[in-house]
Amino acid sequence: MLERLFIVTDQPISVEEVTKKVVRPEAGAVSSFIGTVREYTRGRRTLSLTYEAYRSMAEKQLEKIGEEISRQWPDAKTAITHRTGHLAISEIAVVIAVSTPHRKDAFWASEYAIERIKQIVPIWKKEHWEDGEQWIGNQLETEVYPEGKPKGVESHD
Amino acid sequence: MINVLCFAHLKEQIGKEQLEVAHEKLTVKQLLNELQEKYAIQTDALIVAVNEEYADPEDLIQSGDTVALIPPVSGG
Repeated sequence: MLERLFIVTDQPISVEEVTKKVVRPEAGAVSSFIGTVREYTRGRRTLSLTYEAYRSMAEKQLEKIGEEISRQWPDAKTAITHRTGHLAISEIAVVIAVSTPHRKDAFWASEYAIERIKQIVPIWKKEHWEDGEQWIGNQLETEVYPEGKPKGVESHD
Repeated sequence: MINVLCFAHLKEQIGKEQLEVAHEKLTVKQLLNELQEKYAIQTDALIVAVNEEYADPEDLIQSGDTVALIPPVSGG
């Protein structure tokens, strides 16, 4: 069975399961990046988060990130799982696993992946605070797209 | 009919996950202008995906397409 490498799920993520997908004989390094729910952001206490995704497109975009990584690091294998739904502090929101023949590429590629997730994958988080809640990245914390779309969406090189 | 999907704060503002817009053909920009007027939403920071691909303001949307209104993303 063909394993799905790029997943958006409402179920808890197993770091080991994601990591296992990229382990292979050619690899001398496997990096796993684990993104977790942080309690304090700029001094404000978060009680929990809700992630919402445009799931079908988000999985396609994760796949694109995998393709971008393969172009830049041809020997890399990447797997990414992102969680949706209601998450408590320290729960795992995202796991990125990259395997490469040598360690530096694995570190670089996984950093590249998390940066790209924050740019092009249609997933949103809502922070729940003691005194309110807000979707992050909404028009109040304005981040506009001067080019009409996220940066680098069209770069195929 | 064009199927429009709403997410995050837009879903809450509009009060629906999905809208149907009766048009045969229009540009992304025209659709956003129409939604802005009808639902009093801010569209400056929005990007639009047509059939799960990011689209430009001048791109054409046709009846049967699925359009997603995408606020700045905040995953990870």
